[in-house]
Amino acid sequence: MKISDKVEKMQPSGIRAFFDLVLGMKDVISLGVGEPDFVTPWTIREAGISSLEEGFTSYTSNKGLYKLRLSVSRYLKNRYSIEYCPDEEILITVGVSEAMDLALRTIINPNDKILIPSPSYVSYGPLTGLAGGLPVYIDTQKDGFKLTPKNLEKHIDNKTKGIIFNYPCNPTGVSYSRKELIRINKILSKHKILCLSDEIYGDLTYDFEHVPFPSLPGAKKNTVYFNGFSKSYAMTGWRVGFACGPKEIISGMTKIHQYTIMCVAITSQMAACEALHTGRRSVEEMKREYARRREFIIDGLNNIGLTCHKPQGAFYAFPSIKKSGLKSLSFAEKLLKEEKVAVVPGTAFGKEFEDYVRISYASSFDNLKEALSRMSAFLSK
Amino acid sequence: MDEILEILEKDARTTPEDIAKMLKKKPKEIKDTIKKYEKEGVILKYKTVLNKDLVRDEESRLRALIEVNITPQKDVGFDKIAERIYSFPEVSSCYLISGTYDLLVVVEGKNIHTVSSFVAEKLSCLENVRGTTTHFLLKKYKEDGVILKHKEENKRIAISY
Repeated sequence: MKISDKVEKMQPSGIRAFFDLVLGMKDVISLGVGEPDFVTPWTIREAGISSLEEGFTSYTSNKGLYKLRLSVSRYLKNRYSIEYCPDEEILITVGVSEAMDLALRTIINPNDKILIPSPSYVSYGPLTGLAGGLPVYIDTQKDGFKLTPKNLEKHIDNKTKGIIFNYPCNPTGVSYSRKELIRINKILSKHKILCLSDEIYGDLTYDFEHVPFPSLPGAKKNTVYFNGFSKSYAMTGWRVGFACGPKEIISGMTKIHQYTIMCVAITSQMAACEALHTGRRSVEEMKREYARRREFIIDGLNNIGLTCHKPQGAFYAFPSIKKSGLKSLSFAEKLLKEEKVAVVPGTAFGKEFEDYVRISYASSFDNLKEALSRMSAFLSK
Repeated sequence: MDEILEILEKDARTTPEDIAKMLKKKPKEIKDTIKKYEKEGVILKYKTVLNKDLVRDEESRLRALIEVNITPQKDVGFDKIAERIYSFPEVSSCYLISGTYDLLVVVEGKNIHTVSSFVAEKLSCLENVRGTTTHFLLKKYKEDGVILKHKEENKRIAISY
């Protein structure tokens, strides 16, 4: 049976085989994991269990439980002074992944261009393609993986519809100060480009306060803000995220969502409510722990010659592996086979990133220490 | 709480050098701060948390929580009599609490006889002790924030975006 040209054309991830290799091996120290090493805080898990005991097993409103949308709206207002109406401007989704897919399908007409600063999270390009758009990657390597106004402007033309802006960034951990964001927003406003702002790691920003894109002057009407519970509350498996934006976009997204997903699992939504009500303390505790690991791993990586900038957020470092003389995939394969340490090749996040690997420090301190000493041994061979 | 204390409370074996890296400070500064805490009595002791159920050839230890009613003394209140009680080596913890009784005393002994003879022959006979209620501990689930169960295996898949 022949499948559609569109899907046929989609590039499967080039490093699938490497992933299979990792999954088939035992006793590996993995710094290749894109999720917290904490389990969901107990109060949140308990709320999920209680909701089942009380018999909450039905569908919810397509947009998501009203009380969850209300909690999201209050959270954004109290923490960042951004106002979104829970009735029309907030949609609860199966993680940010679904929300991003919905947004792209909602805004793209055939051959509209979507800018993607790279290295970037793996799904942005393929989702853009599936929605009929053309991904335009903006290589940020020369600027320390930061999108600069100049680099941004260079890539804009009259077919540019939007930009997928992810900060703190997976895989680099790079984030932006208010000043830097204002400059970027000026250019986007000037060209009337929609900002799809993926801020799933926003709570994990270490050196300064995270500034949500819609909180910038004049930005809200041209922004869809994405966030969720996976990273800050260690709730990856629950699959709950949300999108906030102008009501015409949210209502378009809701149309697709109601036919494809119907609604997010009610147990997950109930647990997410609890996360917003009582989970703050756990977020702060986890953040302090990540911050300490960050200092430790960055210092360690630079000492063994895997130079990298200090990431401002998330739990990733994106060091250069030039010193090894190897390309990213062979570096990762050799490191895995010889020292049993798993990292993700940089090329997973864009084909230009042959000289990098992604290292996740969402791993215990003992693991990080041991992994550093194994990598050091590997490099001095 | 100072982050140094937070780190040490989680793992007392973390070296000053590693703490220095985590907090981006000089090892000397960390060492000095730890010394200061030790001197001030903020840090009292470095202990290992054991799951004694799993320690082989360990004599089984029995624990009891004892509620103690006391007649407070003039000028010193409960402190003097509490001191007389907590000085017994059998007492592992002693708290003054609010509610229907005054002191909560945790006692450890080899078996039910040692514990009951301590209560009957020492504790109850003290002047100012008006009465005691003894609860023997049947099973320990969690102690000082540590869940006494084998660590669950990490359920994350080994690699993901």
